[in-house]
Amino acid sequence: MEIQAERTFRDVVIESAGEELFDCYQCYKCSAGCPVSFEMDLLPHQIIRSVVFNQKEKALSSKTIWICASCETCTTRCPNEIDIAKVMDVLRQIQVESGSEAKEPRVPVFHQAFLDSIKKTGRVHELTMIRNYTQKSGDLKEKLKSGEWKNDVKLGMKMFLRGKLKVMPPKCEGVKEVRKIFKQAAEHKKK
Amino acid sequence: MKVSFFPGCSLEGTAREYGESIEAVCNAIDIELQELSGWNCCGASSAHATNEFLSIALPARNLSIAEKTERDLVTPCAACYSRFKTAEKALTGESPVDVEIPFKGEINILHMLEFLCREEFAEAIGRNITTPLHKVKAVSYYGCLLVRPPGVTHAEHCEDPGGLDTLIAKLGGESVFWPYKTECCGGSLVLTRVDIIHRLNSRLLDMAREAGADCIVTACPLCQANLDTRQEEIGAGKGIKYNMPIFYFTELMGLAFGNQGVDKWFGRHFVDPRPLLESKKLL
Repeated sequence: MEIQAERTFRDVVIESAGEELFDCYQCYKCSAGCPVSFEMDLLPHQIIRSVVFNQKEKALSSKTIWICASCETCTTRCPNEIDIAKVMDVLRQIQVESGSEAKEPRVPVFHQAFLDSIKKTGRVHELTMIRNYTQKSGDLKEKLKSGEWKNDVKLGMKMFLRGKLKVMPPKCEGVKEVRKIFKQAAEHKKK
Repeated sequence: MKVSFFPGCSLEGTAREYGESIEAVCNAIDIELQELSGWNCCGASSAHATNEFLSIALPARNLSIAEKTERDLVTPCAACYSRFKTAEKALTGESPVDVEIPFKGEINILHMLEFLCREEFAEAIGRNITTPLHKVKAVSYYGCLLVRPPGVTHAEHCEDPGGLDTLIAKLGGESVFWPYKTECCGGSLVLTRVDIIHRLNSRLLDMAREAGADCIVTACPLCQANLDTRQEEIGAGKGIKYNMPIFYFTELMGLAFGNQGVDKWFGRHFVDPRPLLESKKLL
């Protein structure tokens, strides 16, 4: 009789990342070199362990997966050649697909605003992307309340006066093809 | 020499002086940059952090267009470069990917720094130097994605790269040793976690100061923007005035070449580098 085991969270992560997570012997090197570990609730080596132990909730509800800046230091230094940054990507992707709220909710909102900008114009238009992000993340509301918006306006004005703020959206002749890619991505997700 | 050029989104906005100085420098050494026709955004961190398909397909479209030109593809942004190299590896690797965009991997994908450091341009660069950057003490800041991970970038010395240091010395400047060549600036966390950006960039600025540098040289629009535009507020929070100019390496090349456009480029900086250069009698 053939026993078909159910695919666990661990199996999905290992398969999607294509990494040998069981090779990790918890040497701490990834965590020691991580430049943003001071803001993490689980250190990178603990993230790897949580996946190996199939602790889905622990890994996906961590701040860590959104604080990770994708600097690739961990991947570069891992003595077992585990692409830890890739594992972080896979965890973020699974978290986004789950539809639940992220522990650092602003980061995925930023990513969505960024991708929406590409979908609309083929290239990122910084001004509209920032506007969308600040509205959707609640950043705008908060800054209006605290008065911090004045600093942002000051920064924006400085940018503008230095010719660093592109007011008109970019023109990309390939925008239709780019939208097709986004459509394919959506279909791909359904599979 | 003619190559395909992928400017990336920030060259039209926050990194305008990078684009202007690249054009001037390439003109001077007879490199023709042919902007990639109909290029799209590479997807940057936002694609790979949330959608695997987009993280390969968005750069793949650009690579496919570039391959049809049969010319090498050069990009000035470390993030675009990293996404292109990652897509190249995925599209030409052994494990199949679902993206159906043709790319055989028959062209080279290069970052602008890597490209201009090629031996074939050494003579032309040397010939164009009219104002050697004597007394300029600079630290080279490569950042993350120009060199990491080596499995993607094939960087020879990913913990201690040297191309930019060699270039600074060639331009007549002094390349000052510092241990933060490849530390992270926080990149795309700039809108979401400004506190982290402040902490990382404050460390970089402090170390550059301690090393005795009077400026930082970058090869990435994100690194330059984080260090330059946030410098005043970082300093204000600590009661310090850093006044540390943050250059794109092509701006220093243009300066050494005696290019007339330098004043316009430097006028776009938040930390004006002109007083420093005037004190060194370079302007």
